[in-house]
Parts: sequence; C-alpha cells; structure tokens
Amino acid sequence: METVYLIIVLAPLFGAIVAGFFGGKIGRAGAHSVAIAGVGLSAVLSLWVLSRFIWHDEPAFNGSLYTWMVADGIRFEIGFLVDRLTALMMAVVTFVSLMVHIYTIGYMADDAHNWPENSLVGKNSYQRFFSYISLFTFSMLMLVMANNFMQLFFGWEAVGLVSYLLIGFYTTRESAISANLKAFLVNRVGDFGFILGIAAVVMYFNSLDYAEVFAQAPAHAETQVAVFGGVSLMTLICILLFIGAMGKSAQMPLHVWLPDSMEGPTPISALIHAATMVTAGVFMVTRMSPLFELSTTALSFVLVIGALTAFLMGLIGLVQNDIKRVIAYSTLSQLGYMIAALGASAYAAGIFHLMTHAFFKALLFLAAGSVIIAMHHDQDIRNMGGLKRYMPITWITALAGSLALIAFPGFSGFFSKDAIIEAVGHSQIAGAGLANLLLILGAFVTALYSFRLYFLVFHGEPRMDHHTRSHLHETPWVVTGPLIALAIPSVFIGWYAIEPLLVENWLGDAITVLHEHDTLHHLAAHWHGQREFIRHGMQTLPFWLSMGGLLMAAYYWWYLHQRNPGIDAELQERGGRFTRLLQDKYGFDDFNQRVFAGGGQLIGRFLWKRSDQRLIDGAVVNGSAKAVGWIAARARHLQSGMLYHYAFAMILGLVVLLTLFVTF
Amino acid sequence: MLLEFPWLSLVIWLPIIGGIAVIASGEQNAELTKRIALGFALLTFVMSLPLWFGFDASTAAMQFVERSPWLPALGVDYYLGVDGISMPLILLTTFITIFVIIAGWDVISYKPSQYMAAFLIMEGIMVGVFSALDAILFYFFWEAMLIPMFIIIGVWGGPNRVYATIKFFLYTFFGSVFMLVALIYLYFQTGSFDILGFHAAPLGLTAQILIFFAFLLAFAVKVPMFPVHTWLPDAHVEAPTGGSVILAAIMLKIGGYGFLRFSLPIAPDASAQLDWLIITMSLIAVIYIGLVALVQQDMKKLIAYSSIAHMGFVTLGFFIVFAIFQRAETAGAVMGIEGGMVQMISHGFISGALFLCVGVLYDRMHTREISAYGGVINRMPWFGAFVVFFAMANAGLPGTSGFVGEFMVILAAFRADFWFAFLAATTLVLAAAFTLWLVKRVIFGDIGNDNVAALKDLNRRETLNLSVLAAATLAIGIWPKPLIDVMEPTIANLVQQIQVSKLPEGSDLVTPPIARLQP
Repeated sequence: METVYLIIVLAPLFGAIVAGFFGGKIGRAGAHSVAIAGVGLSAVLSLWVLSRFIWHDEPAFNGSLYTWMVADGIRFEIGFLVDRLTALMMAVVTFVSLMVHIYTIGYMADDAHNWPENSLVGKNSYQRFFSYISLFTFSMLMLVMANNFMQLFFGWEAVGLVSYLLIGFYTTRESAISANLKAFLVNRVGDFGFILGIAAVVMYFNSLDYAEVFAQAPAHAETQVAVFGGVSLMTLICILLFIGAMGKSAQMPLHVWLPDSMEGPTPISALIHAATMVTAGVFMVTRMSPLFELSTTALSFVLVIGALTAFLMGLIGLVQNDIKRVIAYSTLSQLGYMIAALGASAYAAGIFHLMTHAFFKALLFLAAGSVIIAMHHDQDIRNMGGLKRYMPITWITALAGSLALIAFPGFSGFFSKDAIIEAVGHSQIAGAGLANLLLILGAFVTALYSFRLYFLVFHGEPRMDHHTRSHLHETPWVVTGPLIALAIPSVFIGWYAIEPLLVENWLGDAITVLHEHDTLHHLAAHWHGQREFIRHGMQTLPFWLSMGGLLMAAYYWWYLHQRNPGIDAELQERGGRFTRLLQDKYGFDDFNQRVFAGGGQLIGRFLWKRSDQRLIDGAVVNGSAKAVGWIAARARHLQSGMLYHYAFAMILGLVVLLTLFVTF
Repeated sequence: MLLEFPWLSLVIWLPIIGGIAVIASGEQNAELTKRIALGFALLTFVMSLPLWFGFDASTAAMQFVERSPWLPALGVDYYLGVDGISMPLILLTTFITIFVIIAGWDVISYKPSQYMAAFLIMEGIMVGVFSALDAILFYFFWEAMLIPMFIIIGVWGGPNRVYATIKFFLYTFFGSVFMLVALIYLYFQTGSFDILGFHAAPLGLTAQILIFFAFLLAFAVKVPMFPVHTWLPDAHVEAPTGGSVILAAIMLKIGGYGFLRFSLPIAPDASAQLDWLIITMSLIAVIYIGLVALVQQDMKKLIAYSSIAHMGFVTLGFFIVFAIFQRAETAGAVMGIEGGMVQMISHGFISGALFLCVGVLYDRMHTREISAYGGVINRMPWFGAFVVFFAMANAGLPGTSGFVGEFMVILAAFRADFWFAFLAATTLVLAAAFTLWLVKRVIFGDIGNDNVAALKDLNRRETLNLSVLAAATLAIGIWPKPLIDVMEPTIANLVQQIQVSKLPEGSDLVTPPIARLQP
C-alpha cells in the first residue's frame, strides 16, 4: 500500500513540474494532458483506496517515508497516516480536483485576452494554471495524509502558497495582487498561532508524531501552564492550533481574505476556496480530536466562533451583487457550520458536511464560472437574468447545487446540515445555546441569499446588453461534464453516506469523542432510516425557516424585482444602518487596513526615521565621530612643533608620575 | 591520507594565491583573468569537499587539525581545525564565492581582475577565520577580512561609498579592539593562544562578564545586532552586488560563529547571567527591524534589514539555551543552537540569492528604488519566478531552508518561555509582509514604465546562479538531516560544556550555573 500512497501523492507533483517547467515546449494540450493524467491517476487510486476501506476493511497505515531530521533526540519524520478519515479526504480532494482540471480546459481556453499584449507571463498562462492546480493537489494530499504535525504544517503552508499564486494569477491586476498578499498575510496570522501550538506540543510531548502525541494526551489532561495567568495545557494547545484553522478555514475575525480571493480564476475558487483548502481547518481539528476533547474551553471557543461565522457571514451574502462573492460568503457561512459541528464534538457531522459541501459548493462555483464564460466575464448578477433558456445544463445543475446548499429535504446538504444543527442542539458546553440559535437562524439566511442569486441569474427577462445576449449559449462539454459529475453526489451522497458516517460510526478510531461530549448518539439511537430522518427534519424549525427563506426570495423576485428592478436600491435605503453595516462587512476590512497595515507602516517609519536614523546614527554614531574629530582637532594643537611645548609636557608628565609613585 | 593532507591550509591559501595570480595577470585580457578567477573558485570549492566527505560526524573533536609553531617567542601557533560548527560555514564560503565570481562576469568593467582577486583573497581569509584555532591567527584573519571588503565597497561601490566604508570600517574595528584585549587577557590566564585552551580556562564572574562584553562588541557589530546594526544597510546600498552577497551570506555569519566559538564556551557563567540582554536584542531585531524593513524604499536596504531580522533568530537560538537551563531543563538547548546554525547556512543561500536578484535588476535599470519598478514579471517571467521563490524562502515557507532554522528556534524558544516564542513567531507575519509586499510592488502589477518595458529576461549566467542557489535552498528544506547530523555531536558537546560553571567554588554538571547565581 505504501507504494500506492506514494504514487497518489507524487503523480500530481510530477504533473505540476512537467506542466510548469516544460509548458512552453509541450504546449497547451501536452500540459493539460500530463496534469490531468497525474491527478486522474491519483483520483482513481484514491477511490480504490477508499473502496478498500469501505468494503475490504483495509487496516489503517501509519508509516514513515524518510527521516527529515533528528534534533535534540526528537525525530522529525515525513510519512503517511492513512485511515478512514484520510481515505475519505483523499477521495474528495482528488475527485473534485480532477473535475476542476477537466473544467479548466474549457474555462481557460481563451485566457490570452486576460493579459496585456506586452506581457510575457500571459504567454503560457494556460499551462501555468494547470501546473498550479496540480501542485495544489499535491500539497493538499500532503496535508491530509501527514502522520505528524510538521508535515501537516508543510501541507498547510504549501496550499497557502498555491492559493497565493492562484489568487494573484492575473499578476497585472492590482486587485488580484492585493488580494493574494492579503490572503497570505491573514493566513500567516493563523499560522502564527498554529506554529506556537506545535511548539507547545513538542515541548510537552517531545514528539511530533500524531500517534505518540495522542497516546500521551490523556496523561496531560490536567497539566497547567503558567501563561495568561495559568491555563490548562490542552486549552492552550487547542486554541493555538485552532487559530491556524481560523486562518485557513476563514473563521471570524480571520475570514477577511476569502471574499477577496475571488479575484482568482473561477476553477480555483471552486477547488481551493470552496471544496478543499478552506476545509483544511475542519479536517485538522477533526484529526486533533483526541486533543480537543480534553479541553471544553477550547471546544466552546470553536463552537461560538463557528456559529458566529455561520450566521454573520451569511447575512453579508444578502447584499452582494457579484455572483462569486455571494457564493464566497455562502462558503464562509457553511465553513462556520462545519466548525460549529466540531465545537459540539460532532466531528463526523463536520466531516460529513465538509464532503457534501465540497460537492455542491464546487458545483455552484463551477456553474457560476459557466455563467461567467457565457456573460463574457461580467460577474454582476444585476446584469444577468433568464439564463435558464440559454444554458439548460448549467441551470439545472445550479438548481441542484442550490437546493443542496439550503438543505432541501433529500438533497445531500439536508442530511449533513440537519445533523449538525441537531448535534449542536444536544451540546451541553458553554455557548451551545447561542450557537444553536445562530445556526437555526442561519438556515433562513442561507435560503434567502441562495435563491435571490438563483432567481436573478436564471429567471426572468435577460438584462444583459444586446451583444452579450446575442452570444449566449451553453458552455462546451468540458465545462458541463464536470457540472453533471458533481451534481450527482450533490444530490445523492447525503442519502448514502449518513448511515455509515453518523450512525454506524464508520470513521471509528480516526476520531475520538468523549462519552459526555457525544452529541451524535441521539441521532444514532433514534435512527429509523433516511426516510424517517427526512420526515423528522421536516417537522423542525430549521426546515421551516429554510422554506421561509426560499419563499421570501421568491416573493422578492416575483413581487418586488419583476415589477421594479430598482428594488435593491430601495431596500438598501430602507434597511438603513443595517444594510450599510453589511455592505461594510462589519468594518473588518477598514479596521485591518487602518490599524494593522497603516499602524505597522507608521511604527516602522517612526522607528526607522527617529530611532535608526536620528538616534543611533545621528546622535551616537555620527556624534561620536564628531566628538573624535573635535578632540583630535584640539589635540592637534598639542603637536605645535615647538620644542618648549614638548619639554613642558614631559616635565608635567614626570611630575604626575612621581606624585603617583610617592603617594602609592 | 584524506585526513593527513593539509586540506584546510589548501582551502585558505589556494584562493589567496589565486587572487595574487589574477592580479598578476593584469587588466589586458579581461576574459582570461575572469576564467582564471573562476577556475580558482571552483578548484577551491572542490578542495573543500573532502572536509565534508572526510568529516567524522561521530565526534565533537577538532578534525583536519594542522599545528606548527608560528611565533614561538609569543606562543603563537599556526593552528587550524574544524568541527561541526565551522565545517558547514567553510563549505558555505567556498560555495557562495563561485556565484559571486560568476555574477561579476559581465557587469564589472572597471578593473575586473582586481575585483575578482579581492573576492578570492576574501574567500581565503574567511575560511581562515572559520578554521583558526589560535587566537592570534584568528585575530589576524578577522582583521584582514576588513581590507578586501573595504576595497570592494570603496572601489566598486556606489556614489556614497566613502561614508559607507568609513562607517563599516570604524564600526567593525571599534568592536574588534576590545576583542583583542580580551584575547590578550586570556593569554595571560592560560599561557597560550590556544582557543580550545581558553575554553578550559577557569575564570571568575567579573572577568567573564568583562570578556563577554568585549566579545559581544565585536560579534554584535558583525552579526549585526540591534542597536549596532546601522552600518549594514549603508554598506549594502553602496556595495557592488558581489560585495553584498559576501557580506550577507558569509561575513555576518562570522559574528554568529564567534558567539559559539568564544562567548559561550569561554564565558558560560556570564552568558547565563546576561542571556536576557542578548535575547532582548534578538527579539528587538526580529520585530523592530521587521517593521523598519516594511517601510524601506530601496530594495537593497529592505533586504539588508531583512538580514538583520533573520540574524536575530541566530542569536536568539544561541542564547535561549541559558533560559532553558534556568528552568532546570536541558531539552531544547541543542535544538536552539542547531536552529541558529541552520538559519545561518540558510540565510547564506537566501540572502545571497536575493542580493543577486537585486543585482540583476540594478544591472539593467541602474536604480534600486522600489518605485522605479512594477510589473517586472511581464518582461522577465523566469526572473519573477525566482524572486517569488526566494521571497517565499525568506518568509520561511516550509520546504525551503528558511523554514528549518526558524522552526527549530521557535520550538526551542517555547521551551524557554512562551513569550520568547510568541515574539519570535511574529516573524511569520512580519517577514511575509515586508518580503511579499516588495514582490508585489516590484515584480507584480502592470508594466510600470518604459524602462521596465524594455527589460530582458535572465541570461545564462544569471539563470545558472539562481538555479543552483534555489536547488540548495530546496535541498536543505526538504532534507536537512545531513546538515544537522554533521553538527549534532559538536553542538551537543558545546551544550555539555556550557552547563559546567567555571566559577571557582564548584563545577557540578547537573546544576545549571544560573541556579547558583540567583539568590
């Protein structure tokens, strides 16, 4: 098996290297063939591995590949841990990645017009894009397959690097290169916490290996550390690690980079900023469940942050008009749901939602990309409308994705989101009540923004200009094929996966849940099949709120917007301070810009000009040079060249010496 | 045979002889002199390889030792040898010099033979510094090093080179005078100039503290540490590309080397007492200098400040050892020092490469102002890729060498004190901010002006230089084990050594010296 795992990881890397370094020589077809072959191989093998775990009871693999270094008696290894959790993640990552690879052939086909004439970077941009997304797949696999904290951090930062490269893919666009810098720096703030968390692990466990750390963890459950006036070690470690997750999985207040990341081409918004990379935090916390279980404080923190993100970011989605940004805020909100699930110790539900979300959100983004292609890169939903007539496949798949997103009964998102809300409802830890309320209200918001988008884009009279309208047509099969391939699991995977994942505890040893935290056992205890689960779900508040949101979106569409297309402006007027708050995104961006970006430069300039230049150089260095010069100028007078001056000095010296000798 | 051959002498004197030969060849045939210079640089590198292959990584003892009387009347020996600390630094020196010679190939038109010769001689002297085991021999090389660098900046430097050279010379000279006094004092204490003998010298606390400060002045200026760092940005700005590369990649390391070879083993009790001072200075370097780097408008100054911030990790790694002892612990001590060492080697590659990158742009546009650029990648895609790579390495991305040292130091610092690690880890944000903002303004964006529009991508020589350095950066990032293994016994031994108090009243191995110093 080790060889198989190695091939799964290295095949995309190989594709990335070939497409990246030799893209110019092998041409577009060569580059996308080699990249797709690499990722395809790893997808097929990953699915095979997953099937082994499902049907053949494959044992977990935990082995080292090579020793990175040995320092101070601690071994730093590079190796793989493949258990059921990892196998599931590998399958999701490589499958979505493969779909995105194929889709990219269509999406990037006429990328040349995105570049200025005189730019040489634009020349092989197609090949480079393939190289990056293959490199991303490699990095993400390293992340999920790691068997130790250091390799996890490697994957963690490597996906960040590729995300940086892809958000700023159009290097000539100011907005893109600001967004990627912001993304990298905000992620680094998260990684700052993450690396300190790793350092804490190394200090107390003397190991980086998951298995070893998890085995020792219970022994440290009561350990206190003298930081911040004394906290429990597990709380410190878990919160530090979770700060990393907040960066990568864009939880408040480190969420600010994700909406801006939409500057990147749409395929990567689907792959990186919806389906896989941003869920790394969810995966990481799940992987660390043996640690998080030991700190209720950390779990509460996770729960509240997740729920706040789920609700507050959903609200912003209501006032966005860029098709990708609406979906981006939706992603933030859904990530909040997953994180909240983790806080409630419902790790399996978090991973379940991660999986269904990967499919339906990748689908929604790719459908949005398909719309954007048809709209000649106009992303404003106010200029769209009536697209279902022109793009039937995009329309129907987007509808499937939207229904999955709003947790419409029977669709995959219904199973995973309902399980989360129910688990949080059963949670007893601090903050669970608030979190539960926020998540339930979130259901209404989700349906409202999703179907506002859906109606504005696909229904009604077309509002685009004549030229665009006359060219509207369905996108080629390389685009629609992946849409269909993703729509299938978006609709069905929930039905099939809920029983093994949440009821039969398929993940098994891969996660640890303490008995008193187990919020999913109610679900298992009252399990009477999917049909019953749906029936039960339809009697609960989240379902009615979600239907309410859908109806409100329909009302907005049929009664308000159809009659008066300027209704958005009016609503905003009426919403007053509230809508302005949402449009300012609660002021996070302004605050960061002013305090961190501005403040950092201000302090830097102050230190440079005042301290370095005026104090150290001006006063001390040049000052002492001047002082030496002044003394030397005085001393020069001593060398007058007159004999009697020298003679006088000698006599004076003699007298002083004699006095000294006599006195001592 | 491998061990008996005087490899160290060869690696010291071969480039110096080469330098003289290059000068002797005159300025008539520039092409020929360049080839001779490159030949000597390559040969020296090859001759330094046996130091690595023949190195016995199981012992902390000095290897490749050469010893013969030099000035018998004064007890001065010609005494050379390397251990796991100096050997990697010597290889770094012989490695980097090759690229400096290649980088100067097309761009130095004024007296190229003397330029090349200065670097070859410099190389020999620096190897001498790293391998000297006699204090006077060390001091000889240490001071001799200033002369070629003084000439390199003074002759091939920028418009403000006189101020920069004087500042550089006075700063470093000021520091080293006190070191000489300390060395002479130690001679009177031990009766010889044997550096290893100094290590064993029993010294009282006052003597140790005075010696510590004398060394500190010399080494802190070289590293450079806050607040004696202001010479470095000026020197870099005025130095030609090659000078900057040598300065950043190797000369700064001599300060770090000095701490390990002199300060720690000779004055362990003083180091333990004053560790807070060095740790504070190091953390200031990381944060204060990081913020100053953020607002620089000159590319070279920015990278110079970045160097100071990164060297802060080196000194931090060396001195958190004592803070760890203070907690009656030893775990993490070896990792801290090793982390500092790895950081030095890695910084040699990365800063060297970044200065070469600035050189590439300067040779084409004759300005280092960030605002004069913008959208360079549109005309120089390969160059842009290299810059992004080295910028990421500078920001400590895992998989590059820049990560290894910082990671180790942060892990070790956490064992000493949560807040040391906390402050040190701010570099994750700061270094990324100043480096990637530079990349954004220079490399990315739309083509800024006509001069940028006329840029040509890397030529073969430039590509070769940057590729090899990138490979080295990656190699250490992906597999640092060979490097760590070479250093491990020496550093473990050093950690043992500095745990033993030199104070007269006792020398038990277990109790860390600081425990007795505190009431």
